[in-house]
Amino acid sequence: MTPPPPAARAEASPAIAVRGLAKSFGPLPVLDGLALHVARGEFVSILGPSGCGKSTLFSILTGIERADAGEILLDGRPLEPADRPFAWMPQRDVLFPWRSVEQNVSLGGEVAAGLPRGEARDRARALLADFGLEGFGGMRPYQLSGGMRQRVALARTVAQGRDILLLDEPFGSLDALTRTELQLWLERIWERERWTVLLITHDVREAVLLSDRVYVMAQRPDGIALERDIRLSRPRTLDTLRGADAAELEHELLVALHAGRPV
Amino acid sequence: MSGRVARVLKLLVPPVALLLLLGAAWELYARGGALGRDVLPPLSRVASAGWDDRASLWQNLQPTIVEVLVGFAVSLAFAFTVSVALDASGIARRSVMPVLIGSQTIPLVVLAPLIVIWFGFGFTPKIILVALVTFFPIVVGLVDGYASSERDAITLMRTMGAGWATIFLQVRLPSALPGFFTGLRIALTYAVIAAIFAEYAGAEYGLGVYIQGASASFRTDLVLAAVLVSAVLTLALYAATFLVQRLAIPWYAESRRAGA
Repeated sequence: MTPPPPAARAEASPAIAVRGLAKSFGPLPVLDGLALHVARGEFVSILGPSGCGKSTLFSILTGIERADAGEILLDGRPLEPADRPFAWMPQRDVLFPWRSVEQNVSLGGEVAAGLPRGEARDRARALLADFGLEGFGGMRPYQLSGGMRQRVALARTVAQGRDILLLDEPFGSLDALTRTELQLWLERIWERERWTVLLITHDVREAVLLSDRVYVMAQRPDGIALERDIRLSRPRTLDTLRGADAAELEHELLVALHAGRPV
Repeated sequence: MSGRVARVLKLLVPPVALLLLLGAAWELYARGGALGRDVLPPLSRVASAGWDDRASLWQNLQPTIVEVLVGFAVSLAFAFTVSVALDASGIARRSVMPVLIGSQTIPLVVLAPLIVIWFGFGFTPKIILVALVTFFPIVVGLVDGYASSERDAITLMRTMGAGWATIFLQVRLPSALPGFFTGLRIALTYAVIAAIFAEYAGAEYGLGVYIQGASASFRTDLVLAAVLVSAVLTLALYAATFLVQRLAIPWYAESRRAGA
């Protein structure tokens, strides 16, 4: 028997699958029957307008909010509260000013993975080196630029040692130049590490540059307006975005994103 | 380094200049004798009289310092414990805070003699009074400080699986320290006054006793000298809080200066 193609295998046993997820705040439905999945080692983005329930999805996945209905499957079986497979990276870096850069990163290992302090620190040091932040470990967060702070925040997320990274508009608060720089940096480091990533963004170009697959969430709570594979070859660079394929994808996603909205 | 000297000078020169100006005005006005030199002695006479009586002033300053420091220590221990309880429990916060705020309407003048009646003439009533008066600003500083914790920081800790104690120690307590030091400084300005008031109501030694004695014998110069001493004490303690703050939370001033 020949093995199924990668995409089909991913669908057969996704690392994480969400089905029929519903959540209301009072009378206001935010999510109503949302379904999506992410395969192991896959980079998936959710594109959506503000207020479409993207962040609520992350709150439910991380256990901060409870879903009204629906199921979350981890490797095919229902997610248990003790599983905690997700490492969340908030939009604002939330680095603790009272901790050094290295201590901020090691927090991920100390708290999420329950590592002894020394071990968490060693892991933090190794991560900082991997992330091009060698020599910055002893600094305080306020001494770093916005882009570097975001990198430290990602290192703290990875340091948690969890299976799936949830990145919540990680570059949303950066200036355009730094944002592009960090997107390209994330693409390079993801090539190397192949984390399983679910990224929330409203930056179409970011989604195209980074993702294997993109979901476009509709303004309405009933879920996904479009699901699109991004079959652009890796490693991706600024040149990738110049190509006709990328331009076509960007256009298609942009149209889906603006469907039903006044232009 | 020269930037640091410049910063300190910028901080010190204006208030010192203003004080010198006020001191000079006092000196000139008192020397004019409009009120009589025994009623309003010139600053120079206050200083020289205080210096001449320094042995007695020092003897009476010591118990006041002890009362302030011990009262403060007691207050800190209670305030911290209560603040943790208030932070842990919403119902505790909602029930205790209004009562605490209400308790602040009781004037010190009324409280001091009552506490002396209840607890006698020893150290205890002074310490209680200092603790009572400083307790409130410290608790408020801490509770507001906990509340100033970033929401995202707490959410982040929860997604990592942190429990209440970890979140408190890693996020809420460090977030509260700047507010705590503000509360501490407000409390400090009350502490010396409270100790003097408690001594007024009955004591053997202390700045309050000294002031009372000098006042009874119409030694306005010595009264004012004692007032200056108590002001210097408060200022010294005030400055000490900045020193402790620098050591305890060096990141605070630095990150504020960096605008982060």
